[in-house]
Amino acid sequence: MGSFIQYTLQGLASGGFYALAALGLAVIFGVLGVVNFSHGSMYMLGAVGTVVALDEFGLSFWASLIVVPLVLFVFGVLLERGLVRWLLKLDPLYNFLLTFGVTLVIVDLVKRRYGSSGMPYDTPAGLRGQIALGGLELPTYQVFAALLSVLVCVAVWVILVKTRVGMIVRAATEEPDRSRALGVNVAMWVTPVFGFGIALAGLAGVLAAPTRSVTADMGTNFIIILFAVVVIGGLGSIFGAVAAGFIVGLVEAFGQAYAPAYAQVLIFVLMAGVLLVKPTGLFGSGEHS
Amino acid sequence: MSEHLVGTSHLETAATAAPERRERAWARPLYLLLALLLACALPWFIYPPIALDILCWGLFAISVDLLLGYTGLLSFGHAAFWGSSAYITGIVAIETGMPFPVAILLGALAAMVIAVPTGWLAVRSTGIYFAMVTLAFAQMLYFVANRASGLTGGENGLQGIPRPFFGMELIETEAFYFYYAALPLIILGCFIAWRTVHSPFGRVLLAIRDNPARARALGFDVEGYKIVVFVISAGIAGVAGGVFSSGHGFASLNDLMWTTSGKAVLITVLGGIGTLWGAMVGSGILVTLEDYLTTLGFEGIGIVTGTMFIVIVLLFRRGIWGSVQQAWHWALGKARLRWG
Repeated sequence: MGSFIQYTLQGLASGGFYALAALGLAVIFGVLGVVNFSHGSMYMLGAVGTVVALDEFGLSFWASLIVVPLVLFVFGVLLERGLVRWLLKLDPLYNFLLTFGVTLVIVDLVKRRYGSSGMPYDTPAGLRGQIALGGLELPTYQVFAALLSVLVCVAVWVILVKTRVGMIVRAATEEPDRSRALGVNVAMWVTPVFGFGIALAGLAGVLAAPTRSVTADMGTNFIIILFAVVVIGGLGSIFGAVAAGFIVGLVEAFGQAYAPAYAQVLIFVLMAGVLLVKPTGLFGSGEHS
Repeated sequence: MSEHLVGTSHLETAATAAPERRERAWARPLYLLLALLLACALPWFIYPPIALDILCWGLFAISVDLLLGYTGLLSFGHAAFWGSSAYITGIVAIETGMPFPVAILLGALAAMVIAVPTGWLAVRSTGIYFAMVTLAFAQMLYFVANRASGLTGGENGLQGIPRPFFGMELIETEAFYFYYAALPLIILGCFIAWRTVHSPFGRVLLAIRDNPARARALGFDVEGYKIVVFVISAGIAGVAGGVFSSGHGFASLNDLMWTTSGKAVLITVLGGIGTLWGAMVGSGILVTLEDYLTTLGFEGIGIVTGTMFIVIVLLFRRGIWGSVQQAWHWALGKARLRWG
């Protein structure tokens, strides 16, 4: 029982990274119709940025938690203004290819600057060790990471459902034409939403820095699993992306515990199963084209 | 999905179903002869292994173009077929010592066998989903190959792949002669792609690309056609991967990596989507450029290739061959207007 809870927590913690990043991917896709291939490299930039912020600017983990996503927000805005914007009216495959190119450039730039070996990052002072919960010793940082990502996902959810901004974004996601016809300036939200999505991937990266090995390549495997996540959850569905993120995290954690050789393959088998039963994703609705 | 910001336009592909211009009877054989001559002359001008690389990557990109340009499906997981064929070719050559063309054809066959279930699952999705699904399956194969180190050599890869050819030592050891021995296989791959495109089957593919709903209404089994062309494409990619591993004498996990798929897509887009031959041009440019950068000792080829990707997608969506074709047709039209 104890180990079961431990694996669940581990799954929720790594699922949190997927959920946060997938949420960003889904919001961007919703409003822009762009599948951002560079999302994995933004996650990597978040983690590398955290390490660099400490090493070169002496910024603590807590400060990084705010600053790094903000910097990536700005970066996302520039990326959208500079490149992505020009292809929005074309077939979405072009932006997929464009962001793939961006990924190649970013990864190799980071490699040149910081090398390709792992950059160590200590778990922040307050979050080391274990905490006792109901007779169980659980790693504090994992509890923290899982809680924070759930919290952020819920917060974004509340914003989307309860506020006017959220309503506009949801309307733009689900019924772009009708929203426009009703006088919503969808185009105005394109840039900030893109930046926001990138910032979420960056936040996932910051949270991952103390627990994962921080390298220039850490985003490449991440983005592919992220794609599996959104296929499982259904790209059109924001809730689906978050739920599938946690599901995949749990599958990975339990896979690693009970069948370590097949942990990674398991996720893709899950994806194949979903495609077989419900090609639009578990929470997606209607036809996608 | 793409209707987000005012209607979106389609991929700029050169492949159209418009009635083909009447070419003079001598034109096609002449072009083919020229292409053949160029292919035969290549290793005299370029270091032979690089010349072979150009052909391999070109054929690989042709297989991607068959899907992207003519069926409207972007496969971002074609490394699965290139890589699996590279491994199977190697294993067959090491274990049985059969002549290398047989090993390569067996490798291509294996790639096609793998393509059946992946294609069957992947065609359930379209557009950008198709790209993500194929990418994910290729990554799965990568993990499997990494695990099955007894068969694939894991991280070390499969080394010392021989290329037996009836005891002809020159072909077996010299890259220059091997090039000519492998050339027929590459030509076979190109021919299959060309034949697929210029057939009633190919016309149906174009119809599916341009208007799947109408193709379905006309009674065509859209998914079935997609699976068949996916498997054909995998076979062609397999031939390319097999020749590549035979030529280099090793197969590695790198052959299954997503960056390998990405490189094939880059070559396709660089040459021009929906042009087939453009892939060879794109391959010639990219392979020689990468070779040049490597000899310079430049690290971070991704910076260059990534920038190329960005520039092409932003400014030259027709690619090199597509732009040349367009310019040629334009000039031809002008000339006809003037001189009848």
